[in-house]
Amino acid sequence: MENILLEMKDIEKRFPGVYALKKCYFGLREGEIHALVGENGAGKSTLMNILTGCIPFDSGEIMLNGEQKLFTEPKQAQLAGISMVHQELNLMENLTVAQNIFIGRESKGLFLNEDSINKRARELFKRLNFHIDPKEKVERLSVSHQQIVEIAKAISYDAKIIVFDEPSATLTDNEIDQLFKIMKELRETGVSMIYISHRMDEIKRISDRVTVMRDGEYIGTRDSRTVEIDEVIQMMVGRVIYEEHKKISLIDKDTPVVLKAENFTSKDVKNVSFELFKGEILGFAGLIGAGRTELARLIFGADPKESGELYLDGTKVDITSPHKAVENGIGYLSEDRKRYGVVLGMNIANNIVLTKLKNYIKNIFINEKKIMESADEYIKLIDIRTPSAKQLVKSLSGGNQQKVIIAKWLLNNSDILIFDEPTRGIDVGAKSEIYKIMNDLAEQGKSIIMISSELPELIRMSDRVLVMCEGEHTATLMADDINQNTIMKYATKQ
Amino acid sequence: MLNNLKKIGMQKVLAFGALIIIYIFFAIVGRNFTSSSTTLNILAASYFVGFLAIGVTFIIITGGIDLSLGALMMCSALLGGTLYRDQGFPLWAALLVMILFAVFVGLLNGLMVTKLKLPPFIATLGTMMVCLGLGSIITNTSSKYFPTLLESDGWFGRVFFKTTGGFPLGAVYLVAFYILMFVVLNKTKVGRYIFAIGSNEEAVRLSGIKVDLWKTLAYVISGLGVGIGSILYAATYTVVIPNTGNGIELQAIAAVVIGGTSLSGGVGSLTGTMIGVFIMSILKNGLISMSLPAPYQTFFTGLVVIGAVLMDVYRNKKANQLKKI
Repeated sequence: MENILLEMKDIEKRFPGVYALKKCYFGLREGEIHALVGENGAGKSTLMNILTGCIPFDSGEIMLNGEQKLFTEPKQAQLAGISMVHQELNLMENLTVAQNIFIGRESKGLFLNEDSINKRARELFKRLNFHIDPKEKVERLSVSHQQIVEIAKAISYDAKIIVFDEPSATLTDNEIDQLFKIMKELRETGVSMIYISHRMDEIKRISDRVTVMRDGEYIGTRDSRTVEIDEVIQMMVGRVIYEEHKKISLIDKDTPVVLKAENFTSKDVKNVSFELFKGEILGFAGLIGAGRTELARLIFGADPKESGELYLDGTKVDITSPHKAVENGIGYLSEDRKRYGVVLGMNIANNIVLTKLKNYIKNIFINEKKIMESADEYIKLIDIRTPSAKQLVKSLSGGNQQKVIIAKWLLNNSDILIFDEPTRGIDVGAKSEIYKIMNDLAEQGKSIIMISSELPELIRMSDRVLVMCEGEHTATLMADDINQNTIMKYATKQ
Repeated sequence: MLNNLKKIGMQKVLAFGALIIIYIFFAIVGRNFTSSSTTLNILAASYFVGFLAIGVTFIIITGGIDLSLGALMMCSALLGGTLYRDQGFPLWAALLVMILFAVFVGLLNGLMVTKLKLPPFIATLGTMMVCLGLGSIITNTSSKYFPTLLESDGWFGRVFFKTTGGFPLGAVYLVAFYILMFVVLNKTKVGRYIFAIGSNEEAVRLSGIKVDLWKTLAYVISGLGVGIGSILYAATYTVVIPNTGNGIELQAIAAVVIGGTSLSGGVGSLTGTMIGVFIMSILKNGLISMSLPAPYQTFFTGLVVIGAVLMDVYRNKKANQLKKI
């Protein structure tokens, strides 16, 4: 147990202008599950990508079993017994499950043997107790099943060291339970694992030790059984973080209704009606597939609805496209930021003014100066951490990207904001800043719909919680009813 | 039944259906369309494009494109003709050089895309123009003649042009090439990695596979197809004129697309490509049998391409909807 299997010493990685890693250390014992935590941008993924030969590093050394190793290609790390489940899903969507798992290890000769890899894949899933058809094309699988295929692939290398980069972000609770069970079984057989996560509760649940990184540096390693989670968080953020508990809701009968939805129905949503008050944060709770996002997209006009009437400030409006929703002051912050929320290749300023570009045009030319002025104003207002408004959005952390999106909708004078999983994949420090921004907005009279799968944040933030189950609206909870047990009761229709 | 259809690929089925319908249409309205001479013409009209289309299918599956095919085919034929007529090369040696030259240019295309990281569109646009110019430079812009059936070295025509019965031998070579490449694409690692790269290149790299090698190989295979195509072209026409051959690559790409291979990579089939080639060839001969001039062929081929891509888009949309559920 005390044997040091792997040590990474003084690892340095520079990207143009910045240190991604500074004299970074990481040590892994044989047969342990080692949690690796840190804010977004702390360098966890970078460090692990260096370990597995996916990206080169500038200086430092990697010792495996006391021998110095240098992996310049993923293949070399695989041969040395290290495999990794990457954070971004890295699957070949047009190939089948089995073809994905055994890519590069099909057969000795030139010719393929489909039956053999299908059989090996079936055995693998049986061993792992997941039910996925090896012959199914990956593009037909749900995101969580795709994640499971990745995990199965990493395990199938029979590696001595497996790196899991935030696998739980896309898995359902049952699947996470199953994953942890598998990890514990692997530990029994002597496999060492590195587990990157943002979920603090998982440190205690699964890991033996935890290493904290911050700003590309090694902060420290603790025994997971004895460490206090608060201490880990302190180490991660290096400061006391902003924690605000929901004060007593100010919403009452006299508060004006800004949005009223009646009988919204579509393929995934069954006859849902609700009201949104001015200055309220209305939480949408439910399990995955309950229809929360689908309902929000109906309100926003992003998907066609079968029926449903929408009233804004008491006036009936017909919102048939996102364009109309935006015109009517509704803003939607997608759960998939990178895909739908920001234009990664454009700078902050241009992202912020995107929906209001027509206000920045003089004659027929774009007024860059005015754009920069507005951008600087919002960067200051909601504290986007960036050297300048000209920074490309793709170089920002998840939390700051989220702030750019918020700025965009604020500039648009949106009075109703729909936040879909606003803190997914965002580190603890940035999370509390997003919470603060949301609370400030509500105080200023904006109305917010917040969809979240993390019950604690939903409970902390919401004035009221609308619970859904299988497309149906099962309850609207207020005040003391907003607690984990009650929400789960309605979310599962028990 | 529906599952079977899914397996074969909806678009391939549709393309095959279109092939049959177009054939029946011309059989009814065209003059002598079902005669054996027209059938032989259909076969004869298909094979240059066929060789190019089979090769470029590999490239398109990786997510790339090759615009140099037509120019390269002519350049290779001009080079062979020059060596044979002006440099005293024996014919067999000239033919070998033609194939090697085309493979070499394919390799260059591949290396430009993988090692120099040029976008395939730009890299092969450049090669296309280089080949066009080179063909004129080495021949001094004069046409090159390959031996006809009646000259010495007449074996060239007997082996590569047609049988005494008039059967176009190019079609036989095309089918052989198709079968060989079908095996390579569907039954070997080469094909698996080419599909995988088109599907998600980064994932392939992270799986420890030499992406550059396999991707380059797709361009080399395409070069091989062009090389064989250039020999058959020379055997059929015996006169090779500089500054021609432009646009054949677009016909080849059109055939690939009609056959259901996605220009975004990861999806495709050689059977589909062959169907695409024959659809274009039937269109051409069918319109001739209706006494309509050549521009009509281009016109209708264009419509077929648009229709095929529309179906592809529709199919992807359906697939995405299924995924959401």
